[in-house]
Amino acid sequence: MSDFSSNFWSWFIAVVSIISIVGCGVLLWTQTMKRPSKGEQVKLHGNVWDEDLVEFNNPMPGWWMWLFYITIFFSLCYLAFYPGLGDFAGKFGWTSTVQYDEEVKKADAEFGPMFAKYAQVDIPTLAKDATANEIGQRLFLNNCAQCHGSDAGGSKGFPNLRDADWLYGGDPASIETTLTLGRNGVMPPLGDAIGGEAGIKEVMNYVRSLSGLKHDAALAANGKLKFTVCAACHGPEGKGMQALGSPNLTDKIWLYGSSEETISETIRLGRNNKMPAQLERLGEAKVHLLAAYVYGLGGGSSQINSAVSVAPVVPVASAASAVTDVPKP
Amino acid sequence: MQLEIAQNHNQPNSQTYNYKVVRQFAIMTIVWGIVGMLVGVIIAAELIWPDMTFGIQWLSFGRLRPLHTNAVIFAFGGCALMGTSYYVVQRTCQARLISDRLAAFHFWGWQLVIVLAAITLPLGYTQGKEYAELEWPIDVLITIVWVAYAIVFFGTIMRRKTAHIYVANWFYGAFIVTVALLHIVNNAAVPVSFWKSYSAYAGVQDAMIQWWYGHNAVGFFLTAGFLGMMYYFVPKQAERPVYSYRLSVVHFWALIFTYMWAGPHHLHYTALPDWAQSLGMLFSLILLAPSWGGMINGMMTLSGAWHKLRDDPILKFLIVSLSFYGMSTFEGPMLAIKTINGLAHYTDWIIGHVHSGALGWVAFITFGSMYYLIPRLFGLKQMYSVRLISLHFWVATIGVVLYIAALWISGVMQGLMWRAVNPDGTLTYSFVEGVKASYPYWTIRLIGGSLFFIGMLIMTYNVIRTVMMGHAYDAPIPATLPSHSDLKIGGLGSLQPAQGD
Repeated sequence: MSDFSSNFWSWFIAVVSIISIVGCGVLLWTQTMKRPSKGEQVKLHGNVWDEDLVEFNNPMPGWWMWLFYITIFFSLCYLAFYPGLGDFAGKFGWTSTVQYDEEVKKADAEFGPMFAKYAQVDIPTLAKDATANEIGQRLFLNNCAQCHGSDAGGSKGFPNLRDADWLYGGDPASIETTLTLGRNGVMPPLGDAIGGEAGIKEVMNYVRSLSGLKHDAALAANGKLKFTVCAACHGPEGKGMQALGSPNLTDKIWLYGSSEETISETIRLGRNNKMPAQLERLGEAKVHLLAAYVYGLGGGSSQINSAVSVAPVVPVASAASAVTDVPKP
Repeated sequence: MQLEIAQNHNQPNSQTYNYKVVRQFAIMTIVWGIVGMLVGVIIAAELIWPDMTFGIQWLSFGRLRPLHTNAVIFAFGGCALMGTSYYVVQRTCQARLISDRLAAFHFWGWQLVIVLAAITLPLGYTQGKEYAELEWPIDVLITIVWVAYAIVFFGTIMRRKTAHIYVANWFYGAFIVTVALLHIVNNAAVPVSFWKSYSAYAGVQDAMIQWWYGHNAVGFFLTAGFLGMMYYFVPKQAERPVYSYRLSVVHFWALIFTYMWAGPHHLHYTALPDWAQSLGMLFSLILLAPSWGGMINGMMTLSGAWHKLRDDPILKFLIVSLSFYGMSTFEGPMLAIKTINGLAHYTDWIIGHVHSGALGWVAFITFGSMYYLIPRLFGLKQMYSVRLISLHFWVATIGVVLYIAALWISGVMQGLMWRAVNPDGTLTYSFVEGVKASYPYWTIRLIGGSLFFIGMLIMTYNVIRTVMMGHAYDAPIPATLPSHSDLKIGGLGSLQPAQGD
């Protein structure tokens, strides 16, 4: 596709560029002076300013003029071979898009067969393969660690991938779907639906009571009545639903935090959480390897909704602990 | 120490130069230098200790970084350019500024802009454009103040008694005109509230206009303006004629013309069309010779007087600034070459490059010029202590060298780490590993930056003592124009003007 809405602009760029480059050379050429012969006193030029400021009129240094001419000559040659003069592609026909596509093609040819081999292996088996895990970890550190952390431990708003608590399911297929298509977790703002600030306080106390946190029993009792609004997603017992990605409120795992302020804020303003889709960026084979790596981190479950005790987590390779070991003040 | 206090002529204004506004700008150059460099030291430390400001949002790196750049470029550099340009334009035109009131409005207006920047940037008000962060109400104020500046400067040139306009004024003039143009075009925006606006441009056009602005801010604010300073203070301090009038003509026109084209090199390997990237790269290469023209003219002005460098620390500042200028204007075109840019872009190398220009060139030429200027504004022949100037020179030089060497190393290291690939095609290093590997160099950078800041404090002490020794002084305007036959320049014999020039 052309960068220009009409041929005029292409010509405009080309003509102005050439005139400008050649113009620099013409300026230099016309201002060349005869060099003074040996012993000749260089002349002063023009006025005297501010009592004693004067200027010699030495000719421009020859080496400097050559430097100038060479850059001009180089530029004109470059424009003959590479794009620059509007729509004129240049003799080499090079474009950054073509170069990129060729580099990707070359990389696919070189590494494709290896990744294709791993794509055939099922995730639980792949999770036990040391080489596959190393590749998976490198992919994780460059594509996932920005949010989930170098150790996959997560942070506020970004789930910990090493425990057995899964918003959308920890079985191989669910993890792979999460990676492939991404997820968008939406908790709507519910302050109005449950009766404003007073309602928020009551529901917050009830939510805290579900996991045994300190709470006001009377307020929690009122909150329980209003929890019907929440139950649509979190279930009547507050255990969450992986089909919707709604968190279990009865465990002691909190995506945003368990303080009274944070829970109130979540109810009042809602939450909108996004895990971006990786398929288009990474391709099927790399997503598969990543899924195996995440599954193997210790929290993966073999069956949907089965409770798995949290396995002790061992860093996969020394690099994982190295990168978290940044100096502290 | 020989210090002579000149007589304070109680002459009517029309017979003296307006030194008052020059004094004001000169003093504020020192004040904003301390502020801007201190913030620089703080954010350099924050890279090593990210939590050192206890999570206070106004003191976080993201808020203080634009405060640092705006303070050193527009407050420190701006006051230096404005003060020296008013001094130079008056003395080389042999005429008082056309309006004391407008000049005063310019001074106070510019200080207001700086104070507003210092308040709004830490609060997080920003247009999100590098070096053009200030929101639209401040941009409007800048435009008004700048117009006042242009009227005073060019009005004074119109009033000159000399036939020719001195070369320093060409560069100051180009700086004033072009910065006005850049500022208005890049800050065109649609306000949605008093402190929020959206750029008038979108997507890659917005990026292109931003870097047309950004690169020419370097070209016209930090290069052309300071070359104006160079063309006055180097020959004055060296007491030698400028090397070549012809060279100054050619490099002036070539410099201001080619700089306009170089912006796209900030957008290599982006959505900017290939043809625009190519032209940006080529004009950056062509820019090498015109940039060096200024260095040659400054350095060669000293030919025949090199011995003066030995014991004149002011001249040391001026000449070393030209060396750094030559080095960074060589580095710039090299970094604009796409293959080199592919390694260097987004790394510390670029920050090192900017600082070799900003510390080595801009700040050094300012220090040298201020050490020449300040005693003269207070009726003295020289600063309170020449030895302290020398100390400042050495502390600052070591500081710059440590700073840029550290960032060269960390920049190249980061570039190589980011592109390293495993046999399986995955990246060898995660981003955070590059960060971790940079800590030692960031520590050296902090030491270098702190030394530079200490140099600034030494200068401040010297300036305070100098001001305390002298009195506000306004030099009389000579009644007659000097001529070539009056000149006595050491070691040159008689200097005769060229015939027919």
